[in-house]
Amino acid sequence: MPLLWSRVALVFYGVGVVYALLSLGRKHELIQRLLAPAVLMGAAFHFVALAETAMLQGVVAPASAHQAESMLAFLIVIFFLAFWSKYKTTMPGAIVFPVALLLLLPSAFGGMAPEFSSPLLRTAWIAVHVTLIFLGYAALLLSFVASLLYLVQERRLKSKSPKLWRMPPLEVIDEISYRSLLIGFPFMTLGLIAGAVVAQVYVGAEFFDDPKIILSLVLWAVYLALLFSRWSAGWRGRKAAFLATFGFLAALSTWAANYFSQTHRFLGP
Amino acid sequence: MNLLLIGVNHRTAPIEVRERLAIPESRLGEAAARLVQHPGIVEGMILSTCNRVEVLAAARNGSADLRAFLRDYLSTDLRPFEEYLYEYREQEAVRHLFRVASSLDSMIVGEPQILGQVKEAYAVARQVGAAGGEMQALLSRAFAVAKRVRTETAIGASAVSVASVAVELAKEIFGSLKGKQVCLVGAGKMSELAAQHLIASGADIIFVANRTRDRAVEMAERFHGRALLLEELYDRADQADIVITSTGAPHAIFRREHGELFLQRRRNRPMFFIDIAVPRDVDPEMNKLDGIFVYDIDDLQSVVNHNVADREREAARAAEIIENEIERFAARQQTREVTPTIVSLQEHMETIRQAEVDRVRGKLGKLSPEQERAIEAMTRGIVNKVLHMPITTLKTAAREAQATTVVEIIQRIFNLNARKISESGVSDSEKDSQPD
Repeated sequence: MPLLWSRVALVFYGVGVVYALLSLGRKHELIQRLLAPAVLMGAAFHFVALAETAMLQGVVAPASAHQAESMLAFLIVIFFLAFWSKYKTTMPGAIVFPVALLLLLPSAFGGMAPEFSSPLLRTAWIAVHVTLIFLGYAALLLSFVASLLYLVQERRLKSKSPKLWRMPPLEVIDEISYRSLLIGFPFMTLGLIAGAVVAQVYVGAEFFDDPKIILSLVLWAVYLALLFSRWSAGWRGRKAAFLATFGFLAALSTWAANYFSQTHRFLGP
Repeated sequence: MNLLLIGVNHRTAPIEVRERLAIPESRLGEAAARLVQHPGIVEGMILSTCNRVEVLAAARNGSADLRAFLRDYLSTDLRPFEEYLYEYREQEAVRHLFRVASSLDSMIVGEPQILGQVKEAYAVARQVGAAGGEMQALLSRAFAVAKRVRTETAIGASAVSVASVAVELAKEIFGSLKGKQVCLVGAGKMSELAAQHLIASGADIIFVANRTRDRAVEMAERFHGRALLLEELYDRADQADIVITSTGAPHAIFRREHGELFLQRRRNRPMFFIDIAVPRDVDPEMNKLDGIFVYDIDDLQSVVNHNVADREREAARAAEIIENEIERFAARQQTREVTPTIVSLQEHMETIRQAEVDRVRGKLGKLSPEQERAIEAMTRGIVNKVLHMPITTLKTAAREAQATTVVEIIQRIFNLNARKISESGVSDSEKDSQPD
């Protein structure tokens, strides 16, 4: 059944992608009206799929790579929805939805995936660790997308060329970018602390001598640098986008480390 | 019922003519009341704005003379104005009204005020009892068409004046302008207009700078800002989010180094320079700084031109919508006028048929089912054949101007009271249409 729900969610997100792309053109009330129900339905089915998987397997934390991706996709969508309800712009959806869609794809079409096979997965600490870290990832993605949009809008205004598509105001994009960093950072920090506590208790100090851990710390440092540069110097535009790209790459490599880390990895199916 | 419309607008008549024909708002009600007292006019309304005067009337049999009404009401000889007046009938009048309400006929195509003005004029006409069912059918359609045009085309979406383009650009940068701070440098009609537009969107004027102290103080009082001398600008301008410049200075007042300084002090928060001066007050180099946006008068004008072209394209789409709506309205009107008469005509004949069949059946005694059916079929056949021509005539007449005449003749020939029947149902119709 989780497979079915995932596929239903996938279809709704697909509709979301189409409408988010359409809304780049003319402002159309109909699009705005259809986008919300489509994405909300998608998120609802997605949640059911995640919950059912967790119940079937008796673990709260995602066990396989596919499940992890699915959960990350879900949190990204939730994050987008939260920001959308505040700032009323569907623009980031044009990039965020395709990402969520791609992340959900593998779990919706089943197939065997590499898994974590640690008994630790049954502990609540791990669930907390994963959820918090993923929230941090989702926030980072949204901030990254927003800083790219900022560049586009800045270009548009500077070039003085007649408008080709509709964009949210520059300061709104900037605020989305900054706010999502601000919200994501504590999640990321607490998530890392939770992970460290679990590792210390169950594995011991040798756990920390690993590429995954080092990359995580790099990611955290970039996150902090991003926040600080904005807060102290008001960096935005090109500089901020550059830094955000760096942060995004750091996040990607940290994620990828699940495949080559010694201690924190998915094992082959 | 026939629709008539007579009027002048900004395209057909100069202001001198329009003001002679204009009817002040306070007297519109009285004028509309007078309009429906004019011979032949059943319902009517009058729209009078600075760009147009339109008299719309529903008349019986197309005999009403709206020119005569205007002449009598204004007590003016209309002959000198003849060349400026336009007159529309029926479908042409409907089209004109739809175009006016949808702002296709406006001086600035797509401007939103006109719809409100039409609504107001209609409300006034209703208040004094000048507008009834006919006007309601027409005007409610006109409002629906205007709404369709507004939602389905982007006709009113883009700004088409320098000042409103400036506001729109500011909104593209800052989002809401509420609480945004504006610095006005130099005086000038255009820059003050832009400032007023910004204030209307919620921005505040904090500084007004000028070469002379007196002029600065005078303007600062008007805009509730602080007066500055040009030299003081460099220390203060960074507090403003939006700077409007229009001085007569021969060289740029704001150069790249000032921009860098401002950005540093503002911690890179964006700044928008609207440069209306020629020669320019803001060095175009400033636009290259991240976070500073400079638009000079040519930039603004090119956005205006682009938007105007946009509107024209949208106006063509709007015109299509209107044509389509005119057809729908005409179809609806046709049936609205003749349907009640057709229905009561059929009911009337059916009552006669029933009565006659009942009467004859008493004489014939018991009939076989086949005979019953034969009588039914024969009587129905006669009724249908007799009614065929009048109904066809009614339907054809509906498409022509003399519909009301035909309807009235048929009502009188058959002694129908169409309205009573259609409104109060079958029992009345039976009572009314008893054969004499």
